[in-house]
Amino acid sequence: MNDHAELKTTPLHALHLELGARMVPFAGYDMPVQYPAGVLKEHLQTRAATGLFDVSHMGQVIVRARSGDNADAARALESLVPVDVLGLGEGRQRYALFTDENGGILDDLMIANRGDHFFVVVNAACKQADVAHMVKRIGDTCEITLLDDRALLALQGPRSVDVLAELWADVAHMRFMDVAECHLHDQPCIITRSGYSGEDGFEISLPAIYAEDVARRLLEHPDVQPVGLGARDSLRLEAGLCLYGNDIDRTTSPVEAGLEWAIQKVRRKGGARAGGFPGAARILDELEHGAARRRVGLKPEGKAPVRAPAALFADPEGREEIGRVTSGGFGPSVEGPVAMGYLPVDKAAPGTLVHAEVRGKYLPVTVAALPFITPGYKR
Amino acid sequence: MLKFTVEHEWLQLDGDVATVGITRHAAEQLGDLVFVELPDVGATFSKGDDAATVESVKAASEVYCPLDGEIVEVNAAITADPSLVNSDPQGAGWFFKLKLANRADADTLLDEAAYLEQIA
Repeated sequence: MNDHAELKTTPLHALHLELGARMVPFAGYDMPVQYPAGVLKEHLQTRAATGLFDVSHMGQVIVRARSGDNADAARALESLVPVDVLGLGEGRQRYALFTDENGGILDDLMIANRGDHFFVVVNAACKQADVAHMVKRIGDTCEITLLDDRALLALQGPRSVDVLAELWADVAHMRFMDVAECHLHDQPCIITRSGYSGEDGFEISLPAIYAEDVARRLLEHPDVQPVGLGARDSLRLEAGLCLYGNDIDRTTSPVEAGLEWAIQKVRRKGGARAGGFPGAARILDELEHGAARRRVGLKPEGKAPVRAPAALFADPEGREEIGRVTSGGFGPSVEGPVAMGYLPVDKAAPGTLVHAEVRGKYLPVTVAALPFITPGYKR
Repeated sequence: MLKFTVEHEWLQLDGDVATVGITRHAAEQLGDLVFVELPDVGATFSKGDDAATVESVKAASEVYCPLDGEIVEVNAAITADPSLVNSDPQGAGWFFKLKLANRADADTLLDEAAYLEQIA
């Protein structure tokens, strides 16, 4: 019990306990890993209908230009991420990466243009470091505010839009990666059409004091069930989405991680605002010439899950280690084991056979295209 | 005679052969199983050795051999359908049959009342 004494709680903590959640420590918070339905059913519920996730442990940050000109905040953010922030329209959101001087990844994040400021969502485990990083690097031009009085709910799955439309009809007009402000049950919310499941869905930022009320009302809908961190992990793995600290960290570059799509042309060599972010020399070079290794999807041929940090070998005798699994488990929608890991580029083509060490055996694993499922994003 | 271990295994003794599985409590704690790996028939284990592996969506766990002995039969039904362990852990979801090296070893294990007290 003492282990839990120092854990922080989210505004939905009492509701999780009431719903019978199994709680675990995660990034300093006491979080629901699963509810009585269990990870398997919660995962499938999200793919078939809608799951409600509490992601209030994540960091919600306001970045506001001291000049009052949001373009100054965009330029400041561009000094930290290899992403086109200046070109991000008002009411739009984009995936980004904080990079370090060596071209490694400090964190991955979402940046939304809210007109007079940027709304940034970062990983729970990194949020204090991210805020310190922003204050240190762009604090002279931007006011950086970590919001500790807001909750973040994720509503994910194909029925999410219909569920939310019953509370706010205009939600149907949002496209993937739009951000909008609305009132749910008279409570002011910031909604983005995005998520971490591979399905259509929304993330809802709202004042902490109203979070339980809104969550309860969403859970009243017959298509909605609560979903814990266990299924959140299996959903994102099937969707080929990176987990910071597992699949990406300071030892992996954006190009190694296969995240080139997050680096728009304007920030690449020959672009109007090429470079100008930490680690640009390495990252721009890798964009042009490729990296020596690459994050890949891995499909074990048998039924045994292959989990991180299983070693990967070119041969079935385990002589030559060529990489590691960074995420792996059972994919309930795939109905079999799925994994991701890093391999040298000459072994990274889909269809390549490698071997993963599991309990002293070398199991055949085939490099597979990501994602493992067909995403339901409404572009 | 039904016996239990603190590692949440049950043993149904028939002479010197014990049918071994995991308890209802263990199955509930593990959650929906998606993979089971059983030992080979003929393998010998000491008490506490890893004899089988069970995996849920989230994690892998080992099932320990509860006493010294030799595997004389395994339940292929649970490798084909691991959910049997969740639906009937102390019946159709049995794991293996163990021929005990020393029949008297079983006397050191918990009876049902002592096990239930353990998990209460």
